[in-house]
Amino acid sequence: MTQATETPDKKPQRPFVLGIETSCDETAAAIVSADKQILAHQVLSQIDDHSEYGGVVPEIAARQHISNLDHLVAGVLKDANISMADLDAVAATTGPGLVGGLMVGVMTAKAVARAAGKPYVAVNHLEGHALTARLVEDIKFPYLLLLVSGGHCQLLSVSGVGKYKRLGTTIDDAVGEAFDKTAKLLGLGYPGGPAVEKEAVKGNPTRFKLPRPLIGKPGCDFSFSGLKTAVRRTAEACVKERGALYADDRADICAAFQTTIAACLTNRLKNAIKLFREEAGTDTLPLVVAGGVAANKYLRAELQKTALDNNMTFHAPPLALCTDNGAMIAWAGMERFLDDPSIDDFEMAPRARWPLDSTAIPLVGKGKKGAKA
Amino acid sequence: MAQIKIHCNSQTETEGLAAKLAQIAKPGDLFALTGDLGAGKSTFARAFIRSLLDSPEAEVPSPTFTLVQAYEGPDYPVYHADLYRLHDPEEVYDLGLDDERTEAVMLIEWPDRLPEEWLQEASEISLVRAEKIGGQQGDDEARTVTITSDDNTIMALDE
Repeated sequence: MTQATETPDKKPQRPFVLGIETSCDETAAAIVSADKQILAHQVLSQIDDHSEYGGVVPEIAARQHISNLDHLVAGVLKDANISMADLDAVAATTGPGLVGGLMVGVMTAKAVARAAGKPYVAVNHLEGHALTARLVEDIKFPYLLLLVSGGHCQLLSVSGVGKYKRLGTTIDDAVGEAFDKTAKLLGLGYPGGPAVEKEAVKGNPTRFKLPRPLIGKPGCDFSFSGLKTAVRRTAEACVKERGALYADDRADICAAFQTTIAACLTNRLKNAIKLFREEAGTDTLPLVVAGGVAANKYLRAELQKTALDNNMTFHAPPLALCTDNGAMIAWAGMERFLDDPSIDDFEMAPRARWPLDSTAIPLVGKGKKGAKA
Repeated sequence: MAQIKIHCNSQTETEGLAAKLAQIAKPGDLFALTGDLGAGKSTFARAFIRSLLDSPEAEVPSPTFTLVQAYEGPDYPVYHADLYRLHDPEEVYDLGLDDERTEAVMLIEWPDRLPEEWLQEASEISLVRAEKIGGQQGDDEARTVTITSDDNTIMALDE
């Protein structure tokens, strides 16, 4: 991360917004200024605590957030060399995520906001990922967003602050989850993303062929749950053939897995570009790729190639801003605050589920009960 | 308690069985889904929920990240939980599953993290890939589904 630690070379312009992120693994806080400077930025990861369980443990996460957060907030204020009273708004991830963790972040942010006499801004975690690119570059609306993380895999058109339309989503597992479960099946560590990527670099992607769900079908939805079964079956076949799962088997499976994920993502992305272009009515438009999965160098390169081949400009925030962090929450809070200076979401409670696209078809339709074939 | 073992040759058959079970289910039912990673627990749950909601296209995402997904059924709520990331049965109470225990139908993946008394009252749906018990290599979708539940449920399934 470079932006966070560099001393700003010009005087930062107010407003200043503090952002807090506690929705999953990370406890993070950051302060950003209206002229897009990250005045301070700290992230504490709890991955070491979780690795023995092969995943995120909510109660451990909540406990860690509690013990770390006060310290972090004091730390970023000190790094930014400002006092609480200099803040113009305080933002926190208010959902979606694990409620225990969210609660700690939201309560802390509200307390700071009230102590400073400034508004509280409830930020949707996905909105944080969606707007991060604008913190780094001057990207104009509208743009197409591919959000790929541990819990999410969505294609969205972003036409303004608060104006998001979902073009496609995963109908089962998220990409990050597919990486985690593949790592688990192959006996690699947690988090699965970096572990699988490291193996894949050494492997031959053509030795095994894995199924590619939904490819060639219309629409922009994704499906990755079938890959788990395919990975398991392939690993079992290796053990049967050679008596054990050798390092080269593992590397080749990871390489095939990663290639398959890339093929699925780029195929759906092409459909989304077409849809988005028809809607926007302009030819060259930005594609923004956000979320932790964008940290995978191979996937990032494949997505970039697809964008350029399809006459889109490609934008991916720096890796440190792609994984969960406080700056993206502070920035989303800033965008909301600038959009509506009278904003105050003080009454809003944490939400485990919070779809970004309020106009999306509800997850569950009320239907009458009846026999089904 | 009674038990039935059903061989499903394809994913469509497994989904059909899940849909049938959903139509028999009643509030207060707790279904523990067991099976290896990739055995099809989420697929079974998805077909079950879609049948119960009478909405074949309903979005039923994996609950692994959120731990619990709640659905508003026509007559009662349905909870789909994945306890894989929990390590202490006490955490089930933190997830709020306790509150609606008797009013909702619950589908629980990785139920070994459930409190003991919940487990005792649960029906079990065990999914095993069929090639493991004598099937042929290449039966990727074949599953043996063993359901352990009260006598009425098992009789209704057997019809």
